[in-house]
Amino acid sequence: MTFNTKDTDISNQDFKLDVQVKWCPGCGAHAVLSAVQKALPETGIEKEKVVFVSGIGCSSRFPYYINAYGFHSLHGRGPAIASGIKIANPRLSVWLITGDGDSMAIGGNHFIHILRRNINVNILLFNNKIYGLTKGQYSPTTPKGSITKTSPDGTIENPFMPGELAMGAQGTFYARVVDTNPKMMREVFMKAAKHKGTSLVEILQNCVIFNNQVHSEITGKDVREENQIYLEHGKPMIFGKNRDKGLIQVGQKFIVAKIGENGVRKEDILVHDSHNPDDTRHYMLSRMTLPDYPVAMGVIRDKKSTVYENMLYKQIAKARHENTIKNVNQLLRSGNTFHID
Amino acid sequence: MTKKVIEVDEVVVKFAGDSGDGMQLTGTQFSDSAAFAGNDLSTFPDYPSEIRAPQGTIAGVSGFQVHIGHKEVQTPGDLADVLVAMNPAALKANLKWTRPNATLIIDIDNFDNKHYKKAGFVEDPLGDGSLECYNVVKAPITNLTRAKIKNFGLDNKLIDKTKNQFVAGILYWLFNRDLKIGEDFLAEKFKKKPELVKANIAVLHAGYNYAETIEAMTTTFQVHPAKRGKGLFRNITGNIATAWGLLAASEKSGRPLYLASYPITPASEILQELAKMKHLGAITFQAEDEIAGITSAIGASFAGSLGVTSTSGPGLALKSEAIGLAVTVELPLVIINVQRGGPSTGLPTKTEQTDLLQALYGRNGESPCIVIAAPTPASCFDFAYEAARLSIEHMTPVILLTDGYLANGSELWRIPDTKKLPPIKPQLTEDNDPTYFPYKRDPVKLARYWAFPGQKGLRHRVGGLEKEDVTGEVSHDPFNHEIMVMIRNEKVDRVANHIPLQTVIGEEKGDLLVVGWGGTYGALYTAVKDMQKEGKKIGMAQFNYINPLPKNTSEILSRYKKIVVCELNMGQFAMYLRSKFPQFPYLQYNKVQGLPFMISELKRKFNLILEGKENDF
Repeated sequence: MTFNTKDTDISNQDFKLDVQVKWCPGCGAHAVLSAVQKALPETGIEKEKVVFVSGIGCSSRFPYYINAYGFHSLHGRGPAIASGIKIANPRLSVWLITGDGDSMAIGGNHFIHILRRNINVNILLFNNKIYGLTKGQYSPTTPKGSITKTSPDGTIENPFMPGELAMGAQGTFYARVVDTNPKMMREVFMKAAKHKGTSLVEILQNCVIFNNQVHSEITGKDVREENQIYLEHGKPMIFGKNRDKGLIQVGQKFIVAKIGENGVRKEDILVHDSHNPDDTRHYMLSRMTLPDYPVAMGVIRDKKSTVYENMLYKQIAKARHENTIKNVNQLLRSGNTFHID
Repeated sequence: MTKKVIEVDEVVVKFAGDSGDGMQLTGTQFSDSAAFAGNDLSTFPDYPSEIRAPQGTIAGVSGFQVHIGHKEVQTPGDLADVLVAMNPAALKANLKWTRPNATLIIDIDNFDNKHYKKAGFVEDPLGDGSLECYNVVKAPITNLTRAKIKNFGLDNKLIDKTKNQFVAGILYWLFNRDLKIGEDFLAEKFKKKPELVKANIAVLHAGYNYAETIEAMTTTFQVHPAKRGKGLFRNITGNIATAWGLLAASEKSGRPLYLASYPITPASEILQELAKMKHLGAITFQAEDEIAGITSAIGASFAGSLGVTSTSGPGLALKSEAIGLAVTVELPLVIINVQRGGPSTGLPTKTEQTDLLQALYGRNGESPCIVIAAPTPASCFDFAYEAARLSIEHMTPVILLTDGYLANGSELWRIPDTKKLPPIKPQLTEDNDPTYFPYKRDPVKLARYWAFPGQKGLRHRVGGLEKEDVTGEVSHDPFNHEIMVMIRNEKVDRVANHIPLQTVIGEEKGDLLVVGWGGTYGALYTAVKDMQKEGKKIGMAQFNYINPLPKNTSEILSRYKKIVVCELNMGQFAMYLRSKFPQFPYLQYNKVQGLPFMISELKRKFNLILEGKENDF
């Protein structure tokens, strides 16, 4: 899709609403809201073409806090509502706000199908690995063994990794960010907006009340440079405080190598190719976990594919052009009819 | 042989065979020929829920009933005058729905011990005297078909698939029809396969010549054209009429049609039909489930389209939560429920009226919906149109109830001019309207105004949380909530000012008012009209507007000594009427067999009531 007229005079103020934001003080969602409000003017999208859709959960209150068209819908059904909006009017910039419970549990079906269809909707998935609004039950992304209100003896369920699910559903854009890095969020949100097709951005978000510090191993100031790797298309996959570590592939696996050790040169470090139609490395990158690997951040996959609504409108245009029946009156009179006099 | 022609006012023909025998096609061909000859007609297919149940078994029998008339025809008929049975199972399954003295046309080639066993016959039905009261035509349909086209270069499977044309040929002779119409039908049906056109036409002629030659049928029937008004007609099923009504509403309102559904029997044809209508701008979305169907339709309505979802009973249950969302965000949404036998999966291919209370009340919270119901197959066009009109103009969801009988049944329909359909005026908002608020309302209808994403100066938010009156801000205020509940309810009640008054058929007042709703119209109408002719003081009110009811409902109910509410359920509309108008006593006549009412059973009940013997049933 294209945005014909660029609205150049807008700033983050244009997306601010004079309402009380009711997330808990210290909740990671505040930072996401601010990053979205800053990213939107930079995308060049007209402010009145922006629509925020959400399901149910803490994060899903988002549409009430941003000055845009908004639809706070039903638990898990956001992808379907957003699909209907985008298909009905492809000129809109449609954003879906969801959480780990909303998208991975009750809305799992809609989540995989919007990705499979590749409808041009941007999904921001707030993953705090807990049910916040219902006060502390485990979610489909809660680590196995976690003690929560509904798992007093530890969860016995294997958690989903949103990236894995997205790739399995043939998602064409998958990125990961942390709520503690506004610059990273802004950059990635803009890339998500530009991608043609469904963009999924997983936001590692802190729940200050029910799952505080859930991502601190990744996001903590003292560890983040060692434990995160920020991926950019066309750049070598290097990380670490001293920028001296990188990913190389040995056999079927990635290995974290130190540049200068064991004969590893900077040129040996793999270059990130987010556009690669072969998904294998994207999948491997999305699955990297501590302590063996840094956690991958940034745009992991951004590949081209057909976009649902573009194909649909092409079919409509072709049918309109080719079919001789131009209105309902003609339709009613087509085929087998009988004159009775 | 001299052929004796009997003139008849109406005839019911039932075609029955294995699911793969092509009985639906032959039935359609026969009804089209009747329509060409100017007969009134009504059809009803009767097919199993399995696609190809084991051959030769009762479970695999597929039927198609056609009722044609010189007189007005309102139902597919109670009992068949002519039964085509391609095998013993088809005979066994349908004999109880066949009139004594009826003509039975059987494919004698399939009447052997192997087939008797499959059909569950203990005795040879041809030899045990059980068919003595029928005129049995034992036609070697399979063998004569094979002999006729053995040199046409078709394989055995394709050859046997043309057997139905042998049957059609016999029927064309029996009813003095022009073979040309049958040939044209085949030429159109198989237009991409000329070799099949040739073979089928050859078999059609073979059947016709066979009937003419044998001595088994000494009389043929002539059904003269019906005395319907002049005009252009077509034969149409309820599901197709529903789809076309939506297209007409979209065209009239200027709102693009967006239908999102999950395939479900017996509603799938609506989705299939509209999927072919891209040239008229229709968008169809085959959703991943029933919930995605309705919610994506709600999304499309938010964006300015006419959002529609079609389903059947179990699907309506899954959509409940989302209907509540549409009630509270106050957007147009049409939900079409093609009712079938329930509960649960129930009887997917059979008809029932058991979803009325679900449509009226099956949601959490105070969640009123407009509920309307179509009375006949062709009228599904008008009621789909009406559902869209009410939904768009009143900014609230409308549930349209049809049923399996209407959906698959067909009747002749006088084709309307869409220019003459009532206007549909969406309550839109101008860009940058400074007075716009999401819940500001039209003072007469109480409908809020529609503003679409993309419009300038109208950014707003909707959602399932309760909203403050006028401003649309999230509100948990107790008094505001009560006000909003009352407004949503009052808005639906006021729809009564925008729908027609209830009409009465038959006597305007008198001894008995027959009350029905939706798809039972044809049977109730025929029964009441017959009894009125017999001098009975009987009238009938068929309700198509259920919530709200027409404003004169109570007045009509007051004009009769007795009221009987007839439904294909346990008494759901009767329960509803009792709650609305408790001052009247209601008798009930209910049937829950997955089958439509028969005229004969209705008349028997009504006569008992008129004789004061209502306790006898």
